[in-house]
Amino acid sequence: MAGTGKAHLRDSPDVLLRIEDLVVEFPVGRTGLKVNAVSGISLDVLKGETLGLVGESGCGKSTTGRAIMQLPRPTSGSVQFEGRELTSMQGDAMREARTRMQMIFQDPISSLNPRRKVRQIVMEPLTIWKRGSEAERSAKVDAILDKVGIDPVRAGESQPHQFSGGQCQRISIARSLVLDPSLIICDEPVSALDVSVQAQVLNLLEDLKAEYGLTLIFIAHDLAVVKNISDRVAVMYLGKICEVAPSDELYANPAHHYTSVLLNSIPVPDPEVAITKTSIEGEPPSPVLPPPGCRFNTRCPAAQDICRSEEPQLRAVGEGHFVACHFPTVTPVELTSR
Amino acid sequence: MSTQIQATSRDIDGPLLELKDVTTHFKTERGLVRAVDGVSFTLERGKALGIVGESGSGKTILSRSIMGLLPPRGTVRGGSIKFEGREIGNLDRKAMRSVWGREMAMIFQDPMTSLNPVMKIGKQIAEPLQIHLGMTKQNAWATAERLMQDVRIPEAKRRLEQYPHEMSGGMRQRVMIAIALACGPTALFADEPTTALDVTVQAQILDLLGEQRKDRNMSLVLVTHDLGVVAGHTDEIAVMYGGKLVEKASTRGLFANMKMPYTEALLLSIPKLEDRSHTRLNAIAGRPPDLVNPPKGCRFSPRCPYAVDKCRDEEPPLVATAEDPNHLYACWYPVGSEAYHEAKVRIAASKDAMSAVAAAGGN
Repeated sequence: MAGTGKAHLRDSPDVLLRIEDLVVEFPVGRTGLKVNAVSGISLDVLKGETLGLVGESGCGKSTTGRAIMQLPRPTSGSVQFEGRELTSMQGDAMREARTRMQMIFQDPISSLNPRRKVRQIVMEPLTIWKRGSEAERSAKVDAILDKVGIDPVRAGESQPHQFSGGQCQRISIARSLVLDPSLIICDEPVSALDVSVQAQVLNLLEDLKAEYGLTLIFIAHDLAVVKNISDRVAVMYLGKICEVAPSDELYANPAHHYTSVLLNSIPVPDPEVAITKTSIEGEPPSPVLPPPGCRFNTRCPAAQDICRSEEPQLRAVGEGHFVACHFPTVTPVELTSR
Repeated sequence: MSTQIQATSRDIDGPLLELKDVTTHFKTERGLVRAVDGVSFTLERGKALGIVGESGSGKTILSRSIMGLLPPRGTVRGGSIKFEGREIGNLDRKAMRSVWGREMAMIFQDPMTSLNPVMKIGKQIAEPLQIHLGMTKQNAWATAERLMQDVRIPEAKRRLEQYPHEMSGGMRQRVMIAIALACGPTALFADEPTTALDVTVQAQILDLLGEQRKDRNMSLVLVTHDLGVVAGHTDEIAVMYGGKLVEKASTRGLFANMKMPYTEALLLSIPKLEDRSHTRLNAIAGRPPDLVNPPKGCRFSPRCPYAVDKCRDEEPPLVATAEDPNHLYACWYPVGSEAYHEAKVRIAASKDAMSAVAAAGGN
């Protein structure tokens, strides 16, 4: 079985989103080959929780986010959102379901229509869905713009290019909130921003999450950012999940060698901290021909023969802490029968 | 042309780069944009300097001013830029050609758009060798292969025949570095070289730059918004804000004894791995100043939590600290001073008052 296990899935009435054995493949031209972007991952998110998805470019974290939205539909697997299966949903039902989940993208400037006034951009979802009266819509847009720190008057007369990158990201956030969604998928929302602005946007997301009772999926490659905002973090590598754990636990006791590598790569803003030589060489292999066994085996410092032939399954190494590794750096709590 | 370069007298003992009161202004419809407004510093041979600041602080325009890579129209330049004792601030693009490549080279943030998409990688590395060093095509390609190995690109020979789109972002940035190193520059400018890359690749590229700098005894100017990036990879740091140099010190000195509240704020806004999740981040309120109408007094004063009336009226000069003559800062009430502590107490008191009001309102 290609999946990396479901030991980490929770059986709770509060589950808002549950993905099982999600597979996304893209054809490579007419060669008959395919890109294995996401290869059988399972995840769940509870109401009010923030799930962080981290990994390098090409690990499938953004594809996972988009597959949840059914943009495009996954090749196989199941996505259950608010108790309903999305993968088989069609037409109006799908459109309706999408209002409950929204997305924020990396490049705030190009994700806003450059020719329209900012206020119109934020208003549009309400107009399309004919929510409330004209006056109610208007009041709602003003309230939300105000919440994200954008002057509604200025938004009424300005276009996106008249705002800075950080402000444009605030506008994107406002647009995602107007339909009162329960889930927001943030795809690298702060990677294009300066550190000072990044902190503003992260604080804003935390505030809005509390105020509107949102559930977030936060996709990023910066582990420090992900740690700050997430309750639970899933580390991905080449279309698979390596490790899932509560945020603080993951950083205190990384069990997967890849997680340690990612943690060691973060530049420390302190010259007194000795620079640990890059602990990893090269880049991830091609997802067109992923290596057999554990997909990380080609770069793993602890790889042995079994890693090259047998795929590790996710197993528990602590409270809510699961790892898919034959030789984790933290001892597994109980050995599974396999 | 090449004889001319050799004929110019070189000041070997002096600093490699000497900037005096450099200004770069742009004429726009809105008025004069003071992108770089009176920056002076020196850079020694073989040293690594980090230029740090937010978007719009002038860090990129400063490095482009030194390189002479500015739009020819509407640019007003002033001050003096001396490279090995020779004035280059007033040279036009044609004259700068003798400096580019052999003396100074630059790598940019986006490795995709800075490479020619329809030219083989090998040709892009070999071309400067043929033009600047007069190598034959065969020699240039052989050197290109060696350069590819230097920047640790596996299967260098095969890769020379590839096009940029066939490579990953990290590999393309390595190619950019190979091109920049090709003619053996004395100084390498790297403008946000790792911002578009993953953390693991970022670490590799920064290590590579550090290694090449040591091997080639080259100076490195690392322009970035991330204090984390410069902390481990530079000897000195210059912090810019609103077109001005606001603090400059040795890297260790700066982190040990920050003077400028802006530098402190930049450092505090970085999320830290040691902090528990959901720790509130110390964002810098507001936005960088409008460089057409910069604020009076200290340009950081509208966003500075410690600012008092004097900061809003009078511009602080760049002065040295009592302990270290090479540690410069521009602030009336630097971090650690009495006024700074008073301001901190004042802020804490107002926060308490606010939460007291909030609590009372809640009841």
